[in-house]
Amino acid sequence: MNFRTLKELAGLAEARSSTLGELMLGEQCQESGEDRDSVFRQMLEYYLIMKTAVEQGIRTDTVSKSGLTGGDARRMSAYREQSPSLLGEHASLAMTYALAVSEVNASMGRIIATPTAGSCGIIPGVLISSQERFGWSDDQMVYGLFAAGAIGYVIANNSFISGAEGGCQAEVGSAIGMAAGALVDIRGGTPAQAIHAVGLALKNTLGLICDPVAGLVEIPCIVRNGFGAITALGAADMALAGVRSVIPSDEVVQVMLEVGSAMPESLRETAGGGLAQTPTGRRITRDLQQQS
Amino acid sequence: MRFRDVFSIIGPAMVGPSSSHTAGAARIGRVARLMFGECPGSADIQLYGSFAATYRGHGTDTALVGGLLDMTTDDPRLPDAFAHAEAAGMTVSIRPGKGLYPHPNTAELTLVNAAGDHTLRLTGTSIGGGNIEIVRINGFSLKLTAAYPTLIIRHYDEPGVVAIVSALLVDSGINIARMAVDRQSRRGEAMMVMECDAMLDRVLTDRISQLPGVQEISLLAM
Repeated sequence: MNFRTLKELAGLAEARSSTLGELMLGEQCQESGEDRDSVFRQMLEYYLIMKTAVEQGIRTDTVSKSGLTGGDARRMSAYREQSPSLLGEHASLAMTYALAVSEVNASMGRIIATPTAGSCGIIPGVLISSQERFGWSDDQMVYGLFAAGAIGYVIANNSFISGAEGGCQAEVGSAIGMAAGALVDIRGGTPAQAIHAVGLALKNTLGLICDPVAGLVEIPCIVRNGFGAITALGAADMALAGVRSVIPSDEVVQVMLEVGSAMPESLRETAGGGLAQTPTGRRITRDLQQQS
Repeated sequence: MRFRDVFSIIGPAMVGPSSSHTAGAARIGRVARLMFGECPGSADIQLYGSFAATYRGHGTDTALVGGLLDMTTDDPRLPDAFAHAEAAGMTVSIRPGKGLYPHPNTAELTLVNAAGDHTLRLTGTSIGGGNIEIVRINGFSLKLTAAYPTLIIRHYDEPGVVAIVSALLVDSGINIARMAVDRQSRRGEAMMVMECDAMLDRVLTDRISQLPGVQEISLLAM
């Protein structure tokens, strides 16, 4: 890849008068030695799997392997049909789709890690709901996934994307930043605006701990995906309106690295602290151990 | 770079629930299986850090076993890997490891074949998003990602071995993306790992295996 920072990424895209998505497709072809068609097809296949996961989470009764979670996307769908949601039509749909994909993941269904399985609901949630709203083509969405991938590539190589290394900020936080930047890119914002969206979004999740109850990717992961979808929409809107991340986005990524490295191990996916060690969290863990 | 391309960020397609604890674990298991070259009769799996703390809920043990049975990250049989292992005659023991470990998500695998005359010890780390790094093979400290066709060569530590292997790759127009070398002692047993940008053909691997100083080679292609 010809870029290491978000600033370099935006600079390259501007110099070549391309979107972040187009730029990343070209970079990927160069990196892999494969032609444009096959690289594009691979990403399209991933997008279609995401759509199937949304469909599955909305239409079927998902129950997680532990039996602890499931059915929240269907609850949201039913509620949206009964009365106007407080969030509004679009944001509540994005949230519902994000919950759907996360629930499919928890039930050992098939998903695409974006960038991880714990955060797999956010990008499909915002992209698929926005596609329905704005009538974008699948091809446009695939470019959006390349844009999200470019942003994630920088975050992953300069900081981290796993909860075990850097807490939930690294997973859900990164996914929100990627989704926000991708939305700006598809919507016709400038590369600089897309990068501002990343910084704005990441600042909102700095310090978020990874504290899954019983160590499962369920509580609080699933609802955090739902909330994450809304934050991504908000960050994209701010950036498109011209709001800037005064602390440059690359510096925010460095803060994520600093904060994640300082996070105690008990708050990095070990279920040794946070929600996992509340009285109820401990009771759930005990109950599950007795069942198995 | 730890993460090489767009598909190490978007992807893999996988069975849930965790990319590091399920998909990454499946990949570590599959690398071990492909390097081992046969279905192990027994697999002793030691887990460290977050792997040890939360493996049950994430199906880390199941995924490692699935990988050892040559299953990919999105194989629908993955959730039932233990039943498949039993059917395949593979015994599995899972236990928490002791001592220092290189990464919060670390698994140490010891595989032995049914006849008891073939062993592989391998340490893998799951670094996020389903991406892995193998950091130790049969006592050698190396690093490989399994994202590229990978040449793994056991050889003697003597001048020129690396150069001759590289020259053969150059002749075939194959570029080395990453490489690592480690040895037990000066002029003793050594291992080199070369992650290549293109697949090596049989003619080339045969030529490398016949080089003086080379004991054994294997080609890993996920």
